[in-house]
Order: sequence, then structure tokens, then C-alpha cells
Amino acid sequence: MKKRIKRSLGDRIFDIVNTIFMIGMMIIMLYPFWYVAMASFSNSSHLMAHTGILLKPLDFTLDAYRMVAKNPNLISGYLNTILIVGVGTFSSTLVTALGAFVMSRKPFPFKRILMFMMIFTMYFSGGMIPTYILNNNWLHLGNNRLVLILPALVTTYNLIILRTGFEAIPDSLEESAKLDGAKDITILFKIIIPVAMPSIAVIILYYAVGYWNSWFEASIYMTDRSKYPLQVILREILIMNSTAEMGAGEGGNAVAIAESIKYATVMVATVPILCIYPFLQKYFVKGTMIGAVKG
Amino acid sequence: MKNKWKNLKREMKKNRQLYFIVLPVVLFYIIFRYGPMYGSIIAFMDYRPAKGFFGSDWVGLKHFSKFFNDTYFLRVIRNTILISVYSIVFSMPAAIIFALLINEIRNSKFKKTVQTISYLPHFVSLVVICGMLKEFLGSDGIITSIFSFLGGERKNLLMVPEYYKTIHVASGIWQTVGWNTIIYLSAMSSIDQEQYEAADLDGAGRFAKMRYITIPCILPTITIMFIMKLGQVMSVGYEKILLLSNTANREAAQVISSYVYDLSLGASYPQYSYSSAVGLFTSVINLLLVTLGNKICKMLNGSGLW
Repeated sequence: MKKRIKRSLGDRIFDIVNTIFMIGMMIIMLYPFWYVAMASFSNSSHLMAHTGILLKPLDFTLDAYRMVAKNPNLISGYLNTILIVGVGTFSSTLVTALGAFVMSRKPFPFKRILMFMMIFTMYFSGGMIPTYILNNNWLHLGNNRLVLILPALVTTYNLIILRTGFEAIPDSLEESAKLDGAKDITILFKIIIPVAMPSIAVIILYYAVGYWNSWFEASIYMTDRSKYPLQVILREILIMNSTAEMGAGEGGNAVAIAESIKYATVMVATVPILCIYPFLQKYFVKGTMIGAVKG
Repeated sequence: MKNKWKNLKREMKKNRQLYFIVLPVVLFYIIFRYGPMYGSIIAFMDYRPAKGFFGSDWVGLKHFSKFFNDTYFLRVIRNTILISVYSIVFSMPAAIIFALLINEIRNSKFKKTVQTISYLPHFVSLVVICGMLKEFLGSDGIITSIFSFLGGERKNLLMVPEYYKTIHVASGIWQTVGWNTIIYLSAMSSIDQEQYEAADLDGAGRFAKMRYITIPCILPTITIMFIMKLGQVMSVGYEKILLLSNTANREAAQVISSYVYDLSLGASYPQYSYSSAVGLFTSVINLLLVTLGNKICKMLNGSGLW
């Protein structure tokens, strides 16, 4: 083992200052969410009167959550989002795996030109309006949930991550299966995908987060409120201030209740993610690393 | 030539399955990526949805010269570049310094906790982040309260154009600084530990080691990141702008991409062709900048993005 050189005073002061700085950073990262949580449990009229730091709920109540639970839009938004995330992530991962499989195999004559075609789209795109006209006026996908999936089906970045994962698999595995007479598709599903599961996990998560967070597409293509995904409903409540209708009929207290409803809505939409991400972060980190190397 | 075709046909027959496997990806790129690229020629037309794509008149560069003479031309370009430059100037050093300090944490459990917590805002959706910002920056929001405690005026801070860019960039740093350390930390983890041990023997302090070992070792990573960011200087995304801007702060918040939206999908009389021309103009500039950045990267590092 290494010999510990006696730590100097300056060294120790550095550690202490650094620790304090890190604790400060953690507070800055966490406090906004803590504030939201505490505000969501607070009595709305007390909350209205309160300004400044909030450390614990003001007059604890679950009223805001009761209102949120009664909001049919939020429930349908959640269901739509779950549907889109589920179907979207599955199809995206499947199609990306098919593409990455061919792109990582050596004998394919169009590999280079195809790769160039894909990478080019990372730096140049047709833009917002031509995309809108194509999807809406030509393919008639407007107000169809498919418009939230099909145009976002493959991300070049994810395809590169998966191709890198596939390339790391030794050829010998594939060749022995080929000698047994296995076809390409069998090799992909029986050998390549199971072996490359860590990379598959990375792109599953990337796609899932992408579908979960996306709101703009739904806001321009969807006209039917019952088909709005969660983020569009959230935008109505949080950004466009449409909480008044939820608080209506609560004894003229609508404005006050609206305030805490917003915080409760943030909680309902965010807590599931915050509970999951610490366990999955290593896959995300791995993805950025592969992406950074391969660009 | 004929022989080549024959060979190709034979190869396609032999590897039939392979071509079926790749078909969905190829179709996706042709329809949803190259389709809109082809469609962007409406920038050279007077596109009317009623007349359709093939029935609309060609007008050449009319929309492009209209953009150069647009009263908002300078405003949107200025806002775009300023927001980009502020982002680069403040968020890159923030991430580098944060990574350097995380790297100095000795207790590995504490280090992991700091990292996990600093990633947190990255996982929250933009709509929620902007919703929180709207609440916190409102006239009785918590950030406004802190601001007025420090001597500022108590009012809705999102309504003040002068503050918009600061809010946009600072909240961006808050959301991404932890996540952006990943790349620098991974560069630091590949530094040879012997260098530090040798420096210890020479009696070098923490700052000396940072300055003479860590920073020079991650300099290539920093350069690549910097050049990549420069290549994106004209492309500020519209999503955050659309969520945070309002009539009061628009003069400071409107960037090229959100202007495209305001002209078309966000307008009561959409100007499809004109907004496409604005979009196409910036896409081409972006492509040139990225290509230039890649060239510089290759010159400095020997390897670029592609």
C-alpha cells in the first residue's frame, strides 16, 4: 500500500472547505424540490400569505392532492404518457437494435453511406415547418398518437451507442451459431441482444426519458384533449395557469387553492422519476461516456 | 458496371434477411428525416396549404431577403448568440470547477452522494422545471423574496426583459452542471495516479496538483467540448423559450428557433414559407459552424467528431 504522507494543515483546511461547498451544492440542488414538497402539503391560504424560505408544511393538509386526484385530465395524461412511453420505447429499441445490428456487421456493402446518412441528420434537419407539414398534411398523423412515436422512432445517437455495444461482441460467438445454421435474425435475438443487454438498457432508458419528457410535438399535433400526454397537461396547469377550474366551487377560494395545486401537481409528476433515477443512473452515465467517445 | 450490378444482386439475394432487417431504419430516415429536408424547399415557394406542395408558386430567394430586412432580424440573432455565449462562458467553467472539486473528495461514499444528488435536476422534465421557475420568480415567489431581501425590487422577475437571459442561463446551469461533470470526471479518472504520487513527494499542494496535473490532462476534453459548443452557437432550442417567455420579456427572449414558431404554428396567420426560410437559413449556418469546428478539432487533436 502507499505510504501516507502526513497531511498538512492547508490540506485539511481544503478538505473542510470543499466538504462545506459540496453540502451547499447539495442544498441548492435539493431545496427547490423540498420547497415544492412542503408547499404541496401546506394550507393554501397560509401559503399565499407566506413569502421566503419554507422548511416545513404550513398547517399540514392533503387538500391539494385531493384536488389533483379529482382532475380527470391529469389521470388521462398519465395513462396516455404510459402508453406512449411503453409502445414508443419498445418500438424504438427494436428498430434501433435492427439497425445497429446491420451497421455493426462487417459484410454489408451500404454500411458507410448509410452511416453517413444517419450522422448527417444529427447536424442538419428539415426544420420545424417542413416536418409539421409532412406529418400533418401529408401523412395525416395529426391528432393520432402515432405522431408522437413514429417521427421520433430512431435517434442516431442511440443507434451509435448500440452499435458500439454490438461491435464489442466477439465474432466467434456469431460464427459458431452460423455454423449451426442460424439465420441473421436468430443471431440477433438469441445471441447479440442478450449479450449486449447493458447497452440495450442504456438506450431503453434514453428513449423512455425522451418520450416521457416530450411535450412540444403533442402540443402542436394533438387537438383532442383526451389524448394529451402528461407533459402537455402539466404545461396547461403550470405554465398557462389553468388551475382555476379545478379550484372552482370550493367556496371562492379558487386562487389560493390553485397555488398549492400547482405544487402538488409537480410532486405527482416528478416523484416517480426521482424514486427511480438513483438506481438507474449508472446506465445513463455509461451512455454519456460511450456517446462522448464516439461523438 | 453490369458485373457490379450482378454481384450486388447476388449479394442481396444471399443476405436477403439482412436487407429486411435494415429496412425499417432506412425507411424511417428517408421518410422522417430526409422527407422534411426535401420539404424545406418550400422556403423558395409561396406555400399555400390549399394549393398544396406541387401547386404553390416558386419565388426564389424572396423570403430570405425578407428575413434580412425583417425588423426582428437583428433582435433574434442577437438574443440567440448572447444566450449561447453566456451559456458557454458560465456553464462550462462551472462544470469544470465542480468536477475538479468532486474529484478532490476523499470519502467515496460522500462523493457518490454528491454526484447522485447533482444529477437530480437533469432528470426532471423541462415543463416541470419551467413551471417551478414561474412559481419561484413570481412576485411572491421564493427567488423573488431572496432577491428583494438582498435589496432588489419585489416584482415578477420573469416580466423584466433585462433579467431573462440571466434566468435562462442560470437555471440551465442549475439543471445541467452535475450532469456535465460526468465527461470531465471520466477524463480525470484515466489520469495516471503515479503523477500525483510523484507530485506528493515534491510536496505539491492540492491546488498545485490541480493546476499542473489535472487541468493539463483534461485539456483535450475541454477543447473538444468548447469547439462543439461553439458549433452550436446559433442553435438555441425553442422549448425552454416557449415555456418561459411572455409578452413582457419577449424582446429579450425571442431567439431564431422560437421566432420560427411564432411566425408559423404560434401565429393566427401562419407564414409557412417565410418561417421555413428562417429555419433553413439557420440550419445551413449551423452546419457550416459544426463543420468548421470539426476541422479545428481535427487540427488540434488529430480526431474530430466524425
